[in-house]
Amino acid sequence: MTTARVSAPALPATRRRPLNSRRAGAWVLVAVAVAVSVLPFYWVLRTALSTNGALASNATNLLPADFSLGAFQRVFGLQSPEEAVAQGGSGAQIDFWVYLRNSVLFASITTTGAVFFSAMAAYAFARLRWRGRNAVFSLFLATMMVPPIFTALPNFLLIKNLGLLNTMAGLVLPYIFMTPFAIFFLRQFFLNMSREVEEAAMLDGAKHLRIFFQIILPNAAAPLATLALLTFIGQWNEYFWPLLVGQDESVRVLTVGLGVFKSQSPQGAPDWSGLMAATLVSALPVLILFAAFGKKIVNSIGFSGIK
Amino acid sequence: MTTLTRNATAAERTLGRPVRRRGQSDMKVALFFIAPAMIGFIVFYLVPTLRGIYLSFTEYSILGDPTWIGTANYEAIGKDPLFWNALAVTTQYVLINIVLQTALALGLALLMHRVAKSTLIRGTLLLPYLMANVIAALLWFWLLDYQIGIVNYFIDALGMPKVAFFGSEEWAIPTQALINTWRHMGYTALLIFAGLQAIPGHVYEVANLDGASPWQTFRKITMPLLRPVLALVLIVTIIGSFQVFDTVAVTTQGGPVNASRVLQFYIYQKAFTESDFGYGSALAVILFVILALVAFIQMKFLKGNESDLD
Repeated sequence: MTTARVSAPALPATRRRPLNSRRAGAWVLVAVAVAVSVLPFYWVLRTALSTNGALASNATNLLPADFSLGAFQRVFGLQSPEEAVAQGGSGAQIDFWVYLRNSVLFASITTTGAVFFSAMAAYAFARLRWRGRNAVFSLFLATMMVPPIFTALPNFLLIKNLGLLNTMAGLVLPYIFMTPFAIFFLRQFFLNMSREVEEAAMLDGAKHLRIFFQIILPNAAAPLATLALLTFIGQWNEYFWPLLVGQDESVRVLTVGLGVFKSQSPQGAPDWSGLMAATLVSALPVLILFAAFGKKIVNSIGFSGIK
Repeated sequence: MTTLTRNATAAERTLGRPVRRRGQSDMKVALFFIAPAMIGFIVFYLVPTLRGIYLSFTEYSILGDPTWIGTANYEAIGKDPLFWNALAVTTQYVLINIVLQTALALGLALLMHRVAKSTLIRGTLLLPYLMANVIAALLWFWLLDYQIGIVNYFIDALGMPKVAFFGSEEWAIPTQALINTWRHMGYTALLIFAGLQAIPGHVYEVANLDGASPWQTFRKITMPLLRPVLALVLIVTIIGSFQVFDTVAVTTQGGPVNASRVLQFYIYQKAFTESDFGYGSALAVILFVILALVAFIQMKFLKGNESDLD
């Protein structure tokens, strides 16, 4: 069972080779990397299912310390304040259902708007001929270079002057019309689509709107789905803008809610199990999307490297 | 309009190539399709950019109107020890991220390329990247807790002194950088992995025939051919790291003392806590200029947009 020894790793690793010490070592490193990526999430789950009082004395037990669903009840406001305090919570009213709803609304509305309007713009940039097209496209691309904080300050003033602070409209407006990345991403796909069908449809008298809806969009279903997925996850994780304009309980999203929950923790002994339960609730939708569409996400990385 | 375009297309089809002459433009249709994105671009990108630059030359506390004060904000920033501290602290954060993240990701990418190509493993390594910064921050806030965090438990068990990851001045920034590295490592590795996959196998076969050692192959073939990808990774890492905010805001709030008061957190405090929008805008302009310089240098000197493969 001897193989080409030293030179083996230089070959493209397409065929299977017997396990030697070198490969075994490589696998160990991969295993460590996987463990570092995944184990923290297990520890979050384990803590969320524990009772605060038992955490300190069971620091390394792999199973939940004094198993309880109390932390989750606390996060969803199902515990009475007295009960919550007894289990190490702050006793402050917290309702993650509202934050969950707000996050879903915020991420869905912005994703739908941004993907659809960006697709329209990408169509104009890729398939229509008009003067100034390339100049306008470069200008759009250039905005990718502007750091979000830079526009966030004036945008905050605008939303404030419009009286939209602490409203869902104020939260979604800056994102709903487009993202430069989405336009760039879709334009690439539209450029590579065959013109044959489109031209045949034009001969039949189809207008641009029909071509866009009945030919372009259906043919770009896969990239549109990938883009929607990436945009949704990005919006779900957004923190800075919602922190600025959505502090009010009624429009608070999960990320902001988590920050508030954390700062409410009593200074001496934080409500770790509550905090970890809340963290898990916030991560769950992305974990589900990941379980369902992980392959799509992984395969998009090579392309979306620009982001 | 439709008739015109239709005829033009018919004419092109007979010619066999979709080239249009001047004057037969789709301007009106294009305007319709681009209108929503254009509104968003003008209202939420273009005007705010110009307004941000304008505000940086004013004194403005949200109430009332901005007052033009010329370059006074910039002069004040030049003498502001907190700004220089923020710049130093942010730079430290960026440097740790560049070194650690790029080195780990490169190693991981090579491992994936050699032994572990499965999508499942790649996906697993990507998981931290898909989590919100806030979640990554809280997760590590718990794991690294001084009192009962699991990491300090192990450090203690190994007989070493416990580390106040978030509570000590010397550890505040490295800890933030470690969290960021944890979150981005897999993502960066996947970017580099994609670059490795793009290197044609015959290049390696030739090197192999010529008797090149693995180290020689890596240095003389892999690294040069990987340059565009590495340049991209570097710029994404630098630009992203300079804008660190979420993890700091959730955990240390700039502290202890000023140890983790990074640029964006300082901007946030100036503009929203102290209602000094002019000063905050001037700080934001400086951050903007720094990032533009980084991008410029990358394009100019690293030739990140050219590949040796062509």
